[in-house]
Amino acid sequence: MDNPIINSVDNVFILIVSISVFFLLLVTVAMIYFVIRYRKKRNPQASNITGNTSLEVVWTVIPTVLVLIMFWYGWSGFQTMRNVPADAMVIKVTGRMWSWTFDYDNGKKSDTLLYVPFGKPIKMEIQSADVNHSFYIPAYRVKEDAIPGRTNYLWFQPTMMGEFDIMCAEYCGMNHSYMLGKLIVMKPEDFEVWKNTLPKPLDTLKSDSLRVGTIPKDSLRVDTVKTTKDTVKIMQVDPKIADSVGQRKIRRMKK
Amino acid sequence: MANGTAAAHVNDVDFYHYEGKHKGIMSWLLTTDHKRIGIMYLAAIVVFFLAAMMLGVLMRIEALTPGQTIMKPQTYNSIFTFHGVIMIFLFIIPAVPAVFGNFFLPIQLGAKDVSFPRLNLFSWYLYMAGGLIALLSLFTGGGAADTGWTFYVPYSIRSSANVSLSVFGAFVLGFSSIVTGLNFITTIHRMRAPGMSWFRMPLFAWALYATSWIQVLATPVIGITLFLIVLERAFGIGVFDPALGGDPLLYQHMFWIYSHPAVYIMILPAMGVVSEIIPTFAKKDIFGYKQIALSSLAIALIGYLVWGHHMFTSGMSDTSRVVFSLLTFLVAIPTGVKVFNWVATLYKGSIEIKVPLLFVMAFIFIFSIGGLTGLVQGALATDIHLTDTYFIVGHFHYVMFGGMGTIFFAALHYWFPKMFGKTYNEKVAIISATLFVIGFNMFYFTMFILGYLGMPRRYYDYLPQYQGLHVFSSIGAFIMVTGIVLMFGNLLRGLIKGEKATANPWGGTTLEWRIASPPPLENFDEIPVVTGGPYVHDRETYIMNPIKVIHKEEEAVH
Repeated sequence: MDNPIINSVDNVFILIVSISVFFLLLVTVAMIYFVIRYRKKRNPQASNITGNTSLEVVWTVIPTVLVLIMFWYGWSGFQTMRNVPADAMVIKVTGRMWSWTFDYDNGKKSDTLLYVPFGKPIKMEIQSADVNHSFYIPAYRVKEDAIPGRTNYLWFQPTMMGEFDIMCAEYCGMNHSYMLGKLIVMKPEDFEVWKNTLPKPLDTLKSDSLRVGTIPKDSLRVDTVKTTKDTVKIMQVDPKIADSVGQRKIRRMKK
Repeated sequence: MANGTAAAHVNDVDFYHYEGKHKGIMSWLLTTDHKRIGIMYLAAIVVFFLAAMMLGVLMRIEALTPGQTIMKPQTYNSIFTFHGVIMIFLFIIPAVPAVFGNFFLPIQLGAKDVSFPRLNLFSWYLYMAGGLIALLSLFTGGGAADTGWTFYVPYSIRSSANVSLSVFGAFVLGFSSIVTGLNFITTIHRMRAPGMSWFRMPLFAWALYATSWIQVLATPVIGITLFLIVLERAFGIGVFDPALGGDPLLYQHMFWIYSHPAVYIMILPAMGVVSEIIPTFAKKDIFGYKQIALSSLAIALIGYLVWGHHMFTSGMSDTSRVVFSLLTFLVAIPTGVKVFNWVATLYKGSIEIKVPLLFVMAFIFIFSIGGLTGLVQGALATDIHLTDTYFIVGHFHYVMFGGMGTIFFAALHYWFPKMFGKTYNEKVAIISATLFVIGFNMFYFTMFILGYLGMPRRYYDYLPQYQGLHVFSSIGAFIMVTGIVLMFGNLLRGLIKGEKATANPWGGTTLEWRIASPPPLENFDEIPVVTGGPYVHDRETYIMNPIKVIHKEEEAVH
């Protein structure tokens, strides 16, 4: 499935990098060639050239045209990023030190894990509960800051099934690098089941029903547990918002 | 000079050995000689640079493995904050203007000192005070600041670390920068030797002129901004804190209104040094003097209007993002013009390949990569993906450290014989430069790849898929640091044991090469007269000791 945002970001990147590599080679090769060709031994007497107006015009005008082209493509890709399709599903994301919470339009909540249906454009409304964060999904090439007191947005289209990293990209204090999450792209029918399953109390969970690494179908929360050796972060089912099927996932993070 | 005999006496010895009113350490601490002040800046700046470099090494060791390698997250966060604060405010911003500008600007203009020598000493004290306040913040209050050198609100308001004191240190440093800028502008306007019209000034002076205007006009903005943070922390005035009705984006705007032009404060003087070194070793006039001189002003001017490109994902209006992206692309043009003119200067020269020129060649390669990757970030679509990742860290180090840092080393090797009257071992210098360049590119180029793969910056820990590249990058860092340590060791050895340098070891044409190494106290016995451009190799464009020359001519006539 074609993804307009990924395509435009990667195409603009390739365009600019190609032009850049050309100019880098031009400058570097010319410089090294001149230094060798006109070294003192081979060229004992310098010719005193102080400038050349037509050359100056050429190397002002050509780069100007090229940077305007780069700007244009960068801008048009950006327009794609900002024009949210009318049929997009809205999910509210709130960043706080140091986790993400996702709110769906039917009141469903999810911590850390962002569940979306395959193919459906998703509009993220981004807020912060404390300091600046930045909601970043590298695989989908989208990022927007979470600034307290305002709602920013981005949109993306989940055109690849599976799990993708979500990271906080704006420094937010001690555990900034642990402010991670997962984007989980599911089949639309699975998503509907997940979204419309009402939370149940913890005691109905079957914690062994899913293993680590498979796509979890639950809202999880991160708990910090102190052991004698290190602090271990346990991602486990939040009892308040847990679903019928639970999973337990342990990530050891030395602190 | 009216008092000719006294001046001749003053200039009998070099400025190190001149016995003034004060002796020993006081002859340094109370000096108003621009050369001594330049040397004092050099000593302080090198110490700060090496300290911040070691902090960088610690970060690269920590990045060798995911999870904890040698330190805890809070320590790491303070270390990258102080690496940034020291490198930016205490090394990159002042290094070239305060050391080489102070030492060589008056000499290149044919003056005996800057316009306000006492103010010049005062700015050194402000620099030291700012640096010491920043250091003091490490050991007092809630401990070392952990906000990053950008001090973004609201985190900088909420952090329990000692943010106020380190911010205050940067505030004081700002005054040092403003005062030095004022001094240079006045010196360039008022102290040029007779016959030195604007377009006969060395390009280093042009670069310092453009830089000084940015320093004077932009630094007050950061002063106000940082001071507001202190007030916000102390009294909760609510300018930036959204909980009190303030706006965090306002802070980002104000911060970058200074801090973006500040990157041109960092790079323009370095560009000036390049324009000095290339004609000296190509043994010919610079290509496109006026274009290089005016492009410095163009960069300074447009550089003022691009700050918003640091905020493309901040939630700033889409209109602003488009306008700032366009302006950002425009600033690339005068930068490109400079690079093309430098390379063209080499054409049909008679090139002597010496250490300073090698550093300049490394600079042109590295800085081109830095500049061109800037285009990737100027484009909106790609910047959204790459901002706040290692791509930015790589880009920033390519332009700032690879740009200004490499030229700081080039300038050290170029002017070392003049400043100290000693020479260094050229072979060791070449080895250290090679290690530096190889290590540098391994170190920072890897960051572009890490960034494109989505590795965010300022991460204490990282996901396991990034480890291989992190390790490679760290190895590059260790090679680079080896090169730098070897380089400083070599220069230090030259300083102690080096052979005596001649007055003009490279065959330079500007005025500093026409006086003794090291220079005498008042630089010139008589103010020289200028009859042509600064880089003319095939005829004489300066008349040294014009009064004596006129006397001789008169005698010949009679």
